Amino acid sequence: MVTLSDIVGNTDRRWPRVEVARDVWEYARTQLAEGKWDLIAHWGEPDMVHVALREHGSGTTGILSLSARGSFPSLGRDCLPARRLERAIRDLVGLIPEQAPDTRAWLDHGRWSMRHPQGTPEQPAGPQPYAFLPVEGESLHQILVGPVHAGIIEPGHFRFTCSGETVVRLEAQLGYVHKGIESLMTGAPLERASKLAARVSGDTTVAYSTAFAQAVETACATEVPARALYLRAIMLELERLANHFGDIGGTCNDAAFSLMLANCAVMREHVLRTAQTAFGHRLMMDRVIPGGVAADLSTAGQSAIAALLKRIRKQFPAIVALYEDTASLQDRTVRTGMLRHDLAMQFGAGGYIGRASGRSFDTRKILPWAPYDTLAFETPLLQRGDVDARIRIRIAEVEQSCVLLRQMLDALPSGPIQAEVVPRAGEGTTMVEGFRGDIFAWLRLNDDGTLARCHLRDPSWFQWPLLEAAIYGNIVADFPLCNKSFNCSYSGHDL
Amino acid sequence: MSDLTVQVLQAILALGLAPLLTGMVRKTKAKLQRRRGASIFQPYRDIARLMRKEAVVSHDASWIFTAAPTFILAATWVAAALVPMFAFASGLSSAADFIVMIGLLASARFALALAGLDIGTSFGGLGSSREMLFATVAEPAILILIFALSLICGTTRLLDIAAFIQTAQIGPHISLLLAFAGLAMLAVVENGRIPVDNPATHLELTMVHEAMVLEYSGRHLAQIELAASLKLLFYVSLLSAVFLPWGLAPAGASFALIGLGLALYFVKLAGAAMLLATFEISIAKMRVFRVPQFTGVALMLGLLAVILLLVSRSF
Repeated sequence: MVTLSDIVGNTDRRWPRVEVARDVWEYARTQLAEGKWDLIAHWGEPDMVHVALREHGSGTTGILSLSARGSFPSLGRDCLPARRLERAIRDLVGLIPEQAPDTRAWLDHGRWSMRHPQGTPEQPAGPQPYAFLPVEGESLHQILVGPVHAGIIEPGHFRFTCSGETVVRLEAQLGYVHKGIESLMTGAPLERASKLAARVSGDTTVAYSTAFAQAVETACATEVPARALYLRAIMLELERLANHFGDIGGTCNDAAFSLMLANCAVMREHVLRTAQTAFGHRLMMDRVIPGGVAADLSTAGQSAIAALLKRIRKQFPAIVALYEDTASLQDRTVRTGMLRHDLAMQFGAGGYIGRASGRSFDTRKILPWAPYDTLAFETPLLQRGDVDARIRIRIAEVEQSCVLLRQMLDALPSGPIQAEVVPRAGEGTTMVEGFRGDIFAWLRLNDDGTLARCHLRDPSWFQWPLLEAAIYGNIVADFPLCNKSFNCSYSGHDL
Repeated sequence: MSDLTVQVLQAILALGLAPLLTGMVRKTKAKLQRRRGASIFQPYRDIARLMRKEAVVSHDASWIFTAAPTFILAATWVAAALVPMFAFASGLSSAADFIVMIGLLASARFALALAGLDIGTSFGGLGSSREMLFATVAEPAILILIFALSLICGTTRLLDIAAFIQTAQIGPHISLLLAFAGLAMLAVVENGRIPVDNPATHLELTMVHEAMVLEYSGRHLAQIELAASLKLLFYVSLLSAVFLPWGLAPAGASFALIGLGLALYFVKLAGAAMLLATFEISIAKMRVFRVPQFTGVALMLGLLAVILLLVSRSF
């Protein structure tokens, strides 16, 4: 049997990229279909498609590229998670997946000023009706929600087909927040591209900046100072804390239990204020830059983080107890929105969604980068895959982030916080664990240090389809609860 | 003071105080959530703002949609005005029958459910169907509870019930307590409070009452909101008149007694607002299909009260 390392060759690089012929591409499809390899990312350039893969067992990672003249063999025929990515490739680059099972547009609703913005631009075709999947059966009715919602949340259209109150099918139509980030990055100098990367999804800006910076540093072989690596990880964990607090409270609030939201919002606010004190920005946007970090951590900042950790240790157990002891709340979260383990594995769901369904994938453990390779922490894992499990994973991750922050504060090295990035032509690939899960970044630089091409893959690509599966058989009134427990990014998956 | 004056005063007071009660509940909830919260007078400002705004009506709406808010407000207002708040007034006492009031509220509910269906949006239909699902159990439960009360007091006239409980030496009465618990639970269901419905939510899919009124705007929405506040006031007044009638001034009482009744009534309102807010804070909303079970408990409480009464009488 041919393994992934046979194809990509023996190399000390973590993400070797090789150009392959069609037969190898087809072989990759069969391996994906059998679940032997995980699909990590799938993206296109005007004359080439790439697929990033990870082999189970050996853990080999690599990128296969196939040169494409107008079309390429579809992986989505047998690999469900590839389908939406292929539809996006078709919308963005104009390459057509051959024999693709789903030929509908995904991101391009016909309202962009051009078609194929990353390929050969064409005149827009105008708004197209979207053919939702057909549903048949007696006494079914449809509920159309969005794209504009009653609350202040991101736009997305959800079409529920219900039998009474029970959801028999949910189909999401996303693509209402297209910003053209990948097109804007093409040809952009590093500084500007770094800012764009930080704005892919505002809530996880540190993770995206880190992913982008690491990819640039790999491409340019930059040695990042140890202190900068620690500061990045500190920011990453602070970001995780802030978002997990927000999500724990927000999910409970969708069950109309506002007390959890009130308590968690206070904790989140403390995290954000600590970030403001320590790094000068509440969300720490643009604080991670290629070569290092833009803001150093002062002694005052260190003690602010230490005080935050103390506060969390003191107050968080009471919040957790409130969650666990409120029977009416448990009644809503337990066994609601169950995501099956096999689906989580099939789609390679990352973050709390995968971990709540028994898929223990944590980039910080599996593809560790400094300083995570030297820190002691655990990846929580649960099997039930319901809303409750996703909340409990977050609770455990909050505790682990505190453990990590404590260690990093104690071992924080001194020294410079930036290294000079000497631009050179090359490619860089990396994966970073944001709060939602694994963020994949790949980029190619020109000699002058501008970007030839950049691709950022949000964890939500593999989580949105699972939401549709998790809601099946639940009542329609439980959808907001499930949706918030997933908390997928609309923006991150629509660049 | 003459009966008629008291009656008119009560009707005006009900309308005038209803938004205040809503404001007090919201303020208490905000405080419990460690928020500052809007002023307790905010509902008045909201209603004034809505009255000034244009009412947008869907092209698909029939006359039912535009007529419903007026009807709902009128029916709820009459029901609320019939409950003795701070004094007994026999001006409309022949109409102040428990069953009449429940009938008024049920017809208001019917009108709202019709209006929800009328515009043909999926949310309106969803809300109406849920509302009717709740009502099918809630309405028989209320009637059983009234039956229990009328067995104790020998009448379904609210004034006489209140007067009986105020004067009669019935002491701690197990059936009365059961009826109180049942009516309090139904008050939560009828007013769409947590854990049955969340009046503060923005999530369309979870709404019941809000889903039916989602398409209303301007003066129509103002009427609906005022009616919702009145309904809450109705239940608070009803529970306090039947189970805590102390302080209600007798018919033809002096100004001093009426003043006392009025002051006590304010205390009762504030107490009810705080109790409701605390209750709502401490519980999550239940699944839609659990609500009939919840109302079923109220129904059982009513049945139990009746059975206990019959059993104790036969000995």
